[in-house]
Amino acid sequence: MERHLQPDLPDVEVPERRKKRARAPYGLAAPALVWLFVLFVIPMIAMVSLSLQTGNSLEGFRQTFRFANYTDALSQNGDIILRSLRNAAIVTGVALLLAYPVAYWIAFYGGKFKNVFLFLLLLPFFISFVIRTVAWSFILSDNGIIFGTLKTLGVLPDSYRVLGTTFAVIAGITYNLLPFTILPLYVSLEQIDRRLVEAAKDLYASKRKAFTNVVLPLSMPGIFAAVLLTSIPAIGDYVNASVLGGPGTTMIGNVIQSEFLRDRNYPEATALAIVLMGIMLVGAIIYARLLGTERITEA
Amino acid sequence: MNDRSPWTDPSWIRGMTQRRMSRRDLIRNAAVGAGAIGISSILAACGVSGEAQTTGPTAGEEGSAQWWADMKAQGPGDHINFTNWPAYIDRDFSVDGPGSRPSLYAFTQSTGIDVTYRADINSNEDFYAAIRPALESGQDTGHDIIVMSNFQELSEMIALGYLIELDPELHPNFDQYAGKNFVDPVFDPGNKYTMAWQSGITGIGYNTNYVDGPITSLDDLLDPKYAGHMAMFNNSPDAGCSAMIHLGIAPETSTPDDWQKAAEYLQKFNDSGGLRGWMDQSYLTAIENEDLWITMAWSGDILNDKLYFPEYATFEFTIPDAGAVIFIDNGCIPNKAANPVGAEMLMDWYYDPKYAAMLTEWNAYFTPVPDGGEIVQADAAAAKGANKEVLQTIASSPYVFPTTEFAQKLHNYRVLEGDEVQTWNDIFNPIFLT
Amino acid sequence: MSAIATEPRQVELPAPVARGPRRRWTRFLLPTYVIAFILYLSFPILVIIAFSFNQTRGGFGTSPRVKTTWIGFTTDWYGRLFDLPDLTAAIRHSLTVGVLSALAATALGTLLGLALARYRFRGRAGADFVIFLSISAPEIVLGAALASFFVALGVSRGASTLFLSHTLFSIAFVAVTVRARAAGLDRSLEAAAMDLGANPVTAFFKVTLPLLFPGILAGFLLAFALSMDDFVISQFTQGPFTMFPTWVFGATRVGIPPHVFVFATIIFLTGATLAMVQALVSRHRT
Repeated sequence: MERHLQPDLPDVEVPERRKKRARAPYGLAAPALVWLFVLFVIPMIAMVSLSLQTGNSLEGFRQTFRFANYTDALSQNGDIILRSLRNAAIVTGVALLLAYPVAYWIAFYGGKFKNVFLFLLLLPFFISFVIRTVAWSFILSDNGIIFGTLKTLGVLPDSYRVLGTTFAVIAGITYNLLPFTILPLYVSLEQIDRRLVEAAKDLYASKRKAFTNVVLPLSMPGIFAAVLLTSIPAIGDYVNASVLGGPGTTMIGNVIQSEFLRDRNYPEATALAIVLMGIMLVGAIIYARLLGTERITEA
Repeated sequence: MNDRSPWTDPSWIRGMTQRRMSRRDLIRNAAVGAGAIGISSILAACGVSGEAQTTGPTAGEEGSAQWWADMKAQGPGDHINFTNWPAYIDRDFSVDGPGSRPSLYAFTQSTGIDVTYRADINSNEDFYAAIRPALESGQDTGHDIIVMSNFQELSEMIALGYLIELDPELHPNFDQYAGKNFVDPVFDPGNKYTMAWQSGITGIGYNTNYVDGPITSLDDLLDPKYAGHMAMFNNSPDAGCSAMIHLGIAPETSTPDDWQKAAEYLQKFNDSGGLRGWMDQSYLTAIENEDLWITMAWSGDILNDKLYFPEYATFEFTIPDAGAVIFIDNGCIPNKAANPVGAEMLMDWYYDPKYAAMLTEWNAYFTPVPDGGEIVQADAAAAKGANKEVLQTIASSPYVFPTTEFAQKLHNYRVLEGDEVQTWNDIFNPIFLT
Repeated sequence: MSAIATEPRQVELPAPVARGPRRRWTRFLLPTYVIAFILYLSFPILVIIAFSFNQTRGGFGTSPRVKTTWIGFTTDWYGRLFDLPDLTAAIRHSLTVGVLSALAATALGTLLGLALARYRFRGRAGADFVIFLSISAPEIVLGAALASFFVALGVSRGASTLFLSHTLFSIAFVAVTVRARAAGLDRSLEAAAMDLGANPVTAFFKVTLPLLFPGILAGFLLAFALSMDDFVISQFTQGPFTMFPTWVFGATRVGIPPHVFVFATIIFLTGATLAMVQALVSRHRT
């Protein structure tokens, strides 16, 4: 349990000093908060503002409060949005399934090598994620080290390919986000008091029952954090779709990026970004309430 | 956990809908919100200004006669950044270093100016998007010569004044030797900003290891045999105009209804499930890697691979029976280039028939210099040994030296003006972003 | 003692669970799975390291590409590391922005983390919320927002907008790291310092800051790593000031230049060595 506040120690401070101390947090927090406000809150507002404008990049954009931008963007890209949500759901599910046993084993049976295992797990993610993704496109190429060998051995037909399919995109996103799934799971599993599991066993629970009735529920905060930290980046990802995907795999991130940076269709791009942000916030709030956490920021 | 369904469990419903914010929180946050709205209304009032520029350079500005006089007085500088498409300049792999590009090396030896050659352009859209921020803010893009196809991007750059007007006195070779098809083009009247580099045909390239011909139409790409190993170009001029030609429509005079029909045809490729991707220049690496077996292709890319690289000898290039579209790639100088004098000298260098011939003999594209073409024919006739077959193939290829009969099948892009640009984009862009 | 001998009450114990399957899970299946998992995670890195030694066809021109099949072994590419001027410039840009933005983010985030850990102040809930949002917002939303802001203001994108943006997304991470560390600190040490005559400022610099230092260092490294790795926000805010990940993304559309693999290998080995050194050092310290 976090100790947010230290008890104020009794002292005989002079009133001026006490006033100065009361202002201390504002002085400390102000620079960062100002930066966050100017470069985070205001840009968000700027984005909302842009999303309601009309025009094109050659002649300029004017503020027209055109809410139809949102309906236009949704109707044109509805299927891509759904596809991104579906992909994110699959990625989160797969990542959880893959990561949970690993986190569980390291937390419970890692012993003094826990940190070594964690280190080995996280080591590959020292290289930039663009390079990792590009490396996968290299590995999964039609006649590369995996499929080339399999094709020469005759195990696969010559026309087999993985790149350009939804499978490749989902595999890429999952790979890139696995650390974000493993770590929260591990942290919360590691904190579980072993004696609770022992107690369950003392009460004649089988190993499986001990797991499902004790460990799993106690790791819910970790699962919650893992789901959030995995699904949110997954919805907005576009690098994997760009490098590993093909037609029919475009995600909403690709559309936003292309509309914004290439076509400079700012109203549509920002409208889509806000829709994405809205989906994420609503989803996170619903999920948090489902799990009963008081404040989402606690995770 | 009890067995009651959550939807009937009153405590669950209460938990889900419980208000987490007290009234005090609401008021507090409202104050912050009001402040934010105040700022936002200021922002909302601002729009984004447009960039269109309609007049040329005034006296003393970049591109004006005065300015060119000053630049020439300073001399041509000692370095040029030349950025081009891949497979577009002659290569000699037996030599390392600058000598591996003979025509460019000849330039350096003749003028003493070093050239940094980068084959970094893979798509007009992406390259333009990459240099646009520098152009918008009036900074040096880092390139002295760039090569842009006759697509929207080039038209936009000219309209926005992002290219330096060429000095009429610095291109004597162009004046003397440029072919009439390349002088005063529709997209750059009077060649104020561009000089054609090479020109080519957008057709179909395929690997005979996997594909049995004859390939006669774009429909052949939809053959299920090639599913997953077939690609089309992701730029709307190539894809759109090729589709129109396939449907029997001449792109030059097409109407928005025609564009709609072409878009529906292109959508078939999306629906077929066999499309590997909408690609840019990266199709060439893909077909070399055998990820692609059959694809829309640019003539010289395939011919160059086929003739000069033994491992790609099985490549073939062809055009559909219905015809194909021609593109023209143009050298131009972006604003604030570090060495505009040297840049224009280099562009003009390639209008010397000797060097134009060297280019075409390697990259098998249309040369804008007819005399250069004649040199290629002469070289082919006089060649001996290994080179002989290669040069003769090039000299007799209709894709490099089209006969008048063959030229009947070749079309130009649709020139878009004003609102047509938006209509065209609205029709074609969604196809590439599925 | 009662003379009545009572029979011990018979209790129905559940059948003991067989030890066999249980052992198999935890002794063999799970550990094998974990090892396989680690290998799967490391596979791309191994390929990168291996293929950084691969020969390429087509000579050493300015556009070599790594072939997806093994041709032959060569260490040539390690010597030609700086052959591509664009790549070298991009790495330089990334390092500069990385260090500068990490420094700025650490300075601001440390103060914020300290404030959040120790004081109750108005707007604290709002600060928490903004921090949460900035950590969890999808990068593309953040990138689009920042770019919209710069577009609306007419500010041209370049090194300064990059610096501002990178500092922005790192502040929250540093603040959270420092807050966690500060919350665990013993306030009485500071009070003791002040009892011994130090004023609050001296106490802060001589007592709090050193104690906080591991958290601050962790925050700095995190901010630096985030900045070096960042792609999406850089793509939206860099303008012409290309960063390393964006360069790689653009250059690998037509295949991967061997220099990318070489640099990746070097970065990886450096990072791995640093991490191991840091782990050994901290083990010695405690």
